[in-house]
Amino acid sequence: MTPGLSTRELMFEAASRAYEDAGIDPRKDVQSFICCTEDFWEGISITDEYMPDQLGAVLKPLCTISSDGIVGLATACMHIMSGIADVAVVESHSKISDVLNPDEISSFALDPIYNHHVNADPRFVAGMEMTRYLKDTGTKRDHCAQVAVKNKKNALLNPRGVHGANLDKRAVLSSKVAASPLTELESSKTIDGSIVFVLASAQKAKKLGDHTVSISGIGWSSDTPWIEDRDMAKAVYVEQSAARAYKMAGIRNPTTYFDLAEVDDTYSYKELQSLEALKLAGKGKAGKMVESGTFDRDGRLPVNASGGSLGVGHLLEATGLHRVLEAVLQLRGQAGRLQIPRVKKAVVQSWRGIPTATGAAAVLGN
Amino acid sequence: MKNRVAIVGAGMTLFRRRMLESPKELSFEATRMALDSAGLELKDIQSVVSGSAPDAFDGMHMKGEYLLDGTGGIGKPNQRVYVGGGTGVFTPIGGWWNVASGMYDTCLCVAEEKMSPLHPHPQYAFWSIFDQILERPLGTTLLWIFSLEMRRYMHKYGIKEEEIASVAVKNKGNAVDHPCAQLGAKITVEDVMNSEPICWPVKRLDVSPPSDGAAAVVLASEKVAKKLTDQPVWLDGVGWTLDSTHWTNRDLAYPEYVEKAAWMAYKMAGIKKPRKEIDIAEVYDPFDYKELHHMEGLQLAGKGEAPQMAVDGVTQRDGDLPVCPSGGLLGVGNPIAAAGMMKICEVFWQLRGEAGKRQVKKDARTGLAQAWGDLMQVGTVAVMRS
Repeated sequence: MTPGLSTRELMFEAASRAYEDAGIDPRKDVQSFICCTEDFWEGISITDEYMPDQLGAVLKPLCTISSDGIVGLATACMHIMSGIADVAVVESHSKISDVLNPDEISSFALDPIYNHHVNADPRFVAGMEMTRYLKDTGTKRDHCAQVAVKNKKNALLNPRGVHGANLDKRAVLSSKVAASPLTELESSKTIDGSIVFVLASAQKAKKLGDHTVSISGIGWSSDTPWIEDRDMAKAVYVEQSAARAYKMAGIRNPTTYFDLAEVDDTYSYKELQSLEALKLAGKGKAGKMVESGTFDRDGRLPVNASGGSLGVGHLLEATGLHRVLEAVLQLRGQAGRLQIPRVKKAVVQSWRGIPTATGAAAVLGN
Repeated sequence: MKNRVAIVGAGMTLFRRRMLESPKELSFEATRMALDSAGLELKDIQSVVSGSAPDAFDGMHMKGEYLLDGTGGIGKPNQRVYVGGGTGVFTPIGGWWNVASGMYDTCLCVAEEKMSPLHPHPQYAFWSIFDQILERPLGTTLLWIFSLEMRRYMHKYGIKEEEIASVAVKNKGNAVDHPCAQLGAKITVEDVMNSEPICWPVKRLDVSPPSDGAAAVVLASEKVAKKLTDQPVWLDGVGWTLDSTHWTNRDLAYPEYVEKAAWMAYKMAGIKKPRKEIDIAEVYDPFDYKELHHMEGLQLAGKGEAPQMAVDGVTQRDGDLPVCPSGGLLGVGNPIAAAGMMKICEVFWQLRGEAGKRQVKKDARTGLAQAWGDLMQVGTVAVMRS
């Protein structure tokens, strides 16, 4: 939480660091700026009004994409691929400490006629989804708790990991119920932060230093907005996003392709559900795999080695960019105490949160 | 650019003060009409871009998600693009990069706005666009800042209210021929001058109305477009620019951000002399003076010279440079994002010779649509060719 800083100050700090890291001057070198925000989280209508100055984007092409940061990243890719930009900047942030009533804001995203009047903690949707997922796949309650144990433990190594902790499954399962069967320790907590990425065409990137990471595939998708119409056991939007990203990157067998995965863990069961949709685990297998240590930092495929959202915190629309950030640091060999040896190929994936069925996935490499 | 991008279909709903249809239904109607006009079904569409201005109008958080079944975005890559009032023209620009990048061959672009749910008046949503610390305590409304800008524009170039009023007369008159229009009317400059001052010099008839409505276009890559139609309209230039948040620090007499956006689009389309090369223009006209102000930013008139063009009839439908032949926001209506998209639709119909009674007299080959928004801050421009 950053009560002493404004959104604009957070953005300025993140942008300055990114520009310095890339060795660029935003006023001269960048042709497109993209911010991923939603009005209600900002408490401002038309939030792009307040974006240009602190990014060095005055009198430049700048726009809002009202979606997760990875969709912003995809937008930057399309700007570069269509030739309107050589260098593009993507920003997203969370300033949840300015929001007095986050649950109420979330519930404004529920259908105004059929769902909004329920007047409950919006996480009731997650509770229903988790129940369905456990029932359909035979995943055990313990397996979900193990995700929280793993990610919070991983976060102890992460300087950004404010929700890191050494817990056992019993502690997770006996914590307060958030939305049955989901408990509070299985539910990520929102934090403040701004994340900025500088993207460049392959040609331009060669001139911008040795630490570049490539995006070889990216996809995003939405399932129905009607909660009642979804197959709650599956993350259909992840399946579709991943299929597009894998196709673009030419990946046929994702199960054994990656060295690292940073995936959605807004809630414990989401990590398992997403891993299955990403084809990193067979249907109903993710639970057993997390139990046996496959996804641990020293396992076959480290998943959320950074601590993920459960260990680091949830950054609203910047959550996708946080996953990208952790993967990029690993690919660049700059993850410090978090570093996992020999990371060359990573997959990142995000979800926009309740009540959406929208997400994105990207394939990164060095 | 990997793909040249064409518009192959367009559609829109009625624009009205209060529509009974939900935002999803409005979006559906516009997209259905656009798909029908392109001869396509939803299964032929590879990606979707939607546009809608402040969520505060209908109180929906994450409105792009809510709209999904109306915009046809379920199971598809969907982006909601957003630059305030500039969103309408920016929505097909979003579609442009989906196709121009080579990512997708077809893209459905939908802009929807339902302003009527906000009580007692949609203007209240605009209070929340202002700075929480410096401006909101003043109880600022959009009309205040528009009156400041109009006054500054008049003062700098010695423009008369009557000259500006001629734009309202023209646009409301043009809208009489538009089947979707909300406020088409044959009025006189005197009517505008005698209408109730809302925030001087802005008077009732200088302003566009709050509206509900939706509009949509279908974009396709050159390869696909040529199979679909003999009359593709090419989206050959796109541009957008945002100025600083601090609107109080700029000279409101001239929209530099519109100029920058226009040159980005002109350069892409290979246009060097806009006044000579643009045949028709759908210039953003939420207020009558804005049409003139924007024509200057768009390089279609010299600084301070647009009012004389309006008075001389150059911008009439049978003039040398028809501006807002649709009837514009002043006549057709102003459901924010949908209004900008309506302008794209109008240029599409004009360039295909399908505008019916609204068809301009000259043989129009190159057209332009422009929108504007935020804190007098953003310009979005699209150049289209038949």
